Amino acid sequence: MAVGKPVKRIDAIAKVTGRAEYTQDLLKPGTLVARYYRSTIAHGRVKTIDVKKALNLKGVEAIFTFDDVPENKFATAGHPFSVDPEHKDVEDRLLLTRDIRFMGDEIAIVVAKDNIIADQALKMIKVSYQEYEPLISPLKILDKKARQIHEGSSNIVGEHEFAFGKNVDEEFKKADHVIKGKFETAMVQHCHIENHISYAYMDDIDRIIIVSSTQIPHIVRRIVGQALSIQLSRVRVIKPFIGGGFGNKQDVILEPMVAFLTLKLDGKPVQINLSREECMLGTRNRHPFFVKVKTGVMNDGTMTAREMDVISITGAYASHGHAIASAGGSKQSSLYPRMATRFHARTLYANIPVAGAMRAYGSPQIIYALECATEDAARKIGIDSVEFRLKNIARQGDMNLLSGKEILSCGMAECLIKGKEFMDWDNKKKEYEKYKKGPVRRGLGVACLSYASGTYPVCVEIAGTRIALNQDGTVHVQVGATEIGQGSDTIVAQMVAETLSLPYEDVRVVQAQDTDVSPFDTGAYASRQAYVVSNAVLRAANELKTKILNHACLMTGKGKKALDIKKGNIIDVNTDNVVMDMKTLSMDSFYHKERGCQLTAEVSFKTTANAPVFGCTFVDITVDIPLFKIKINEIINVHDAGVIINPVQAGGQVHGGVFMGIGAALSEEVLIDPDSGYVYNNNLLDYKFPTFMDIPQIHHDFVETFEPTSGYGNKSLGEPPVITPPPAIRNAVLDATGVCINSLPMSPRNLFVLFQKNGLIGSIRS
Amino acid sequence: MFDLKKHVKARSIDEAIALLIENPGARLIAGGTDILIKLRHGKQGFSELVDIHDLPQLRFIKLDENNDILIGSGAVFNDIIESGIIQTHIPMLKDAAQSVGGPQIRNVATIGGNICNGVTSADSASSLFALDAVLEIRGRKTKRNIPVSDFYFGPGRVDLKKGEILTNIRISQKNYKGSSGFYYKYAMRNAMDIATIGCAVSLKTKNHVLEDYRIAFGVAGPVPMRCKITEETMRNKKVSRKLLQDISQAVEKDVNPRTSWRATKEFRMNIIKELCVRATKEALKRAGEEI
Ligand SMILES: Cc1cc2nc3c(=O)[nH]c(=O)nc-3n(C[C@H](O)[C@H](O)[C@H](O)COP(=O)(O)OP(=O)(O)OC[C@H]3O[C@@H](n4cnc5c(N)ncnc54)[C@H](O)[C@@H]3O)c2cc1C
Repeated sequence: MAVGKPVKRIDAIAKVTGRAEYTQDLLKPGTLVARYYRSTIAHGRVKTIDVKKALNLKGVEAIFTFDDVPENKFATAGHPFSVDPEHKDVEDRLLLTRDIRFMGDEIAIVVAKDNIIADQALKMIKVSYQEYEPLISPLKILDKKARQIHEGSSNIVGEHEFAFGKNVDEEFKKADHVIKGKFETAMVQHCHIENHISYAYMDDIDRIIIVSSTQIPHIVRRIVGQALSIQLSRVRVIKPFIGGGFGNKQDVILEPMVAFLTLKLDGKPVQINLSREECMLGTRNRHPFFVKVKTGVMNDGTMTAREMDVISITGAYASHGHAIASAGGSKQSSLYPRMATRFHARTLYANIPVAGAMRAYGSPQIIYALECATEDAARKIGIDSVEFRLKNIARQGDMNLLSGKEILSCGMAECLIKGKEFMDWDNKKKEYEKYKKGPVRRGLGVACLSYASGTYPVCVEIAGTRIALNQDGTVHVQVGATEIGQGSDTIVAQMVAETLSLPYEDVRVVQAQDTDVSPFDTGAYASRQAYVVSNAVLRAANELKTKILNHACLMTGKGKKALDIKKGNIIDVNTDNVVMDMKTLSMDSFYHKERGCQLTAEVSFKTTANAPVFGCTFVDITVDIPLFKIKINEIINVHDAGVIINPVQAGGQVHGGVFMGIGAALSEEVLIDPDSGYVYNNNLLDYKFPTFMDIPQIHHDFVETFEPTSGYGNKSLGEPPVITPPPAIRNAVLDATGVCINSLPMSPRNLFVLFQKNGLIGSIRS
Repeated sequence: MFDLKKHVKARSIDEAIALLIENPGARLIAGGTDILIKLRHGKQGFSELVDIHDLPQLRFIKLDENNDILIGSGAVFNDIIESGIIQTHIPMLKDAAQSVGGPQIRNVATIGGNICNGVTSADSASSLFALDAVLEIRGRKTKRNIPVSDFYFGPGRVDLKKGEILTNIRISQKNYKGSSGFYYKYAMRNAMDIATIGCAVSLKTKNHVLEDYRIAFGVAGPVPMRCKITEETMRNKKVSRKLLQDISQAVEKDVNPRTSWRATKEFRMNIIKELCVRATKEALKRAGEEI
């Protein structure tokens, strides 16, 4: 039995020995280097561009500008194709642009023998601009007279509204208290270790091969086809090992360009390998949100009404656009399903770098505001923060009124109880009463989350699995589910081993994906993979098992019910005796001259459910007021992710998520000049991504429920852990100091301003 | 791929000096942790390098016959952290070394490079200022000694002439014997970060009175600096909580922090006024004083 076991990652040794091959390891000899010429203004239009001198530089192969690229605009978001035209992604991007929409926009591209020559050539390109005022703050962007960053858009990418439950206005009227709050989140960056890299070449007169660090090989294939107006089947996308993505590679960023370049250059191999600085400026980031929340609450602690108004900033191009605010907003109905709720959101263009998908897709922003507002409501009533949440959170059997589906598995309350016990909450609460004065104070905080296990019914949830029995009795598995470092290949192997009753070591998952041969799946995002692939794997493994047993019957003459598989052997169910091993069976199926065939199974399956998951963060902090610093003394995340397939990997996901959550809470922020749109800190020195020295020991725990809509009872876990650390820490700061820090990050520079405003500075010094 | 035009390895101090004179466009590279960043950014003037990395003549930490501490310019921060001499006599410099970058950086970055790079945030600088360190600089036929406080002309500009090399740093016995010190680095991260403010305090007490008090800051001005007015005012004062408050008041007049996009002047000033208290407290603790 492999499910539930802490088996070793299938790729652990390949990675630690350095043998795992990433995109850069696979470059063909003589691959040309392409480098973008990026705008030095945030908003404007290129008047003139002169590339003559650069073209004459020895070693420069070609230079293309906005004049040379196809005119059809395309969407870059890594979503499945939508058959409903209403639901299509916004098509607002060209390969290169004359209209400048952020500082760093791509105007031209140099192809050269190496990066040194390419960089020299870039310096020789002369550009003159017509400049417009950069539109950065929502106020300016929404001004009636503001220039339209994309013609015809009114600077609004999307807008929607929904309500569920009782009449919201009535409930506010009836509420004992109505509490209002305004919250802001910062633009943050994924900081995956491997920057964006892609290369392309042609191996035939009309076939383009793209090797790319992507979360979504099959979607890349479609979008490259669209961007270049060529047939999808002429494009082949190969995904080797990936050094992390966190959503930034759920977007088609470099692939259409490298495909375009190889097409133009007679099929020569061309790579784009972004530097860290470019990656942080010119790929994607997390949408900054401005959120207004109103909460209606009764004296007994029941929250009865909620209204939320959201402005999300997508930056220069739509990318995932309004889907972020929309997905984020939808999680309320599974966290607090019994409140009357109204939600309104708009997504705006702005002359700043482009936002896209990032771990937890809108929820870090929405749940932050929601859990701060919930804390404020609890404090208004004077009920303990945990008790208050226990009164209001979802329970198994609640209806999710937005999706119209019953919540079939829900461990939210158990998560809160486990976390509270771990933290020794009640005792510490009392003890920390002593630390509410003076320069150094202590506090406790909590926050809850709900998240989904995929994107259905907004998008299709399709997964494919192919399993083949090898001659030696082991199996090879191919899935479309994309391993990007999160460990999905390992749990696929565990699932197959479980259902086929094979030793885990006998299951090999084909790591590299190739759209020519890999089964179809839309890729790694939405924490969907383990959940969605489980349904395809279960069915394929069951199918292969039946075929294996059928062949065993052919060989032995026994009836179907008499045989089973156990630990990789065919056994007699009555005696438990081994009838034959898998190799014997397999060799017979391959090489017996009359009976059998290669035993394989292939299933493509659409999941038409979407299980909600739950979790929470508990945190214990010290606030050093004179130094404007927050220190985490203890932190734990507890999650209900259904059945835990691999406790070690699951723990790893939680730790990584908490790490990122702490970064977003305390230090991470892309700093942009509000007048010019200049990005100050697109590097890892000035972008304060935490180091291991900044992160305390992280604790985690699980509440295991069984989710009936999933193949193995599992639900999602990849993204949720990142969501709750920021609101939990904010609530702990409030507990410690009495100050509401309603914007992220709670960095020293921001705490300085807010502590000053609240009179905490100067008077208090150690 | 870096745009490196020339790289020559020197096998001795003399050869390094000769190579510098032979290649007027060249610069010294020790650990390379400042140089290579500039080279990567395509900055002019860093593409020809004379390599003194790991030169044994420059890599030492020792006591001389006068019990002065001599630190070779090629000593890396890990050498300083692990040195018994430093641990025993100037733990403050160990604090500073330990606060630099991360383990990989501390394995290659040299104290000489830290000083010669000329930036105000260099973590070893404030301690060397507080200790009145003297730099030995050698040229083709010259050798001169200058106090570290005279070495800095301005941001990134130090008193090194063509063909000159910093060979060692001297901390004379009178400057460390009987003193206790502490270096407090304030940065946005606990590792891999440059100081927002660095504060080094070195002091001597006798009968609970400050016999000697020295306080130096990094990033409180364009170059590292001592707070002379504060130091003079505090000498011979009794150790007390009031003293700490007085120090916090006094430093304000000595320092000159700037607003940059990284932090405002007000922010830095608040940190300065707090760090001097905390660093002094820790130094007093090391001196066995209680407040
Ligand atoms: C990731 C990272 C983190 C860092 N963190 C910190 C930190 O926390 N605190 C900090 O202070 N610094 C930090 N730095 C900066 C750097 O590591 C230090 O300044 C280091 O001490 C420089 O030493 P080096 O030997 O690497 O110098 P190099 O880069 O080799 O040289 C620096 C300069 O000094 C000159 N030079 C070197 N040796 C001599 C000599 N003997 N005589 C004359 N001139 C010489 C060189 O020509 C060059 O101009 C960091 C750097 C990096 C890359």
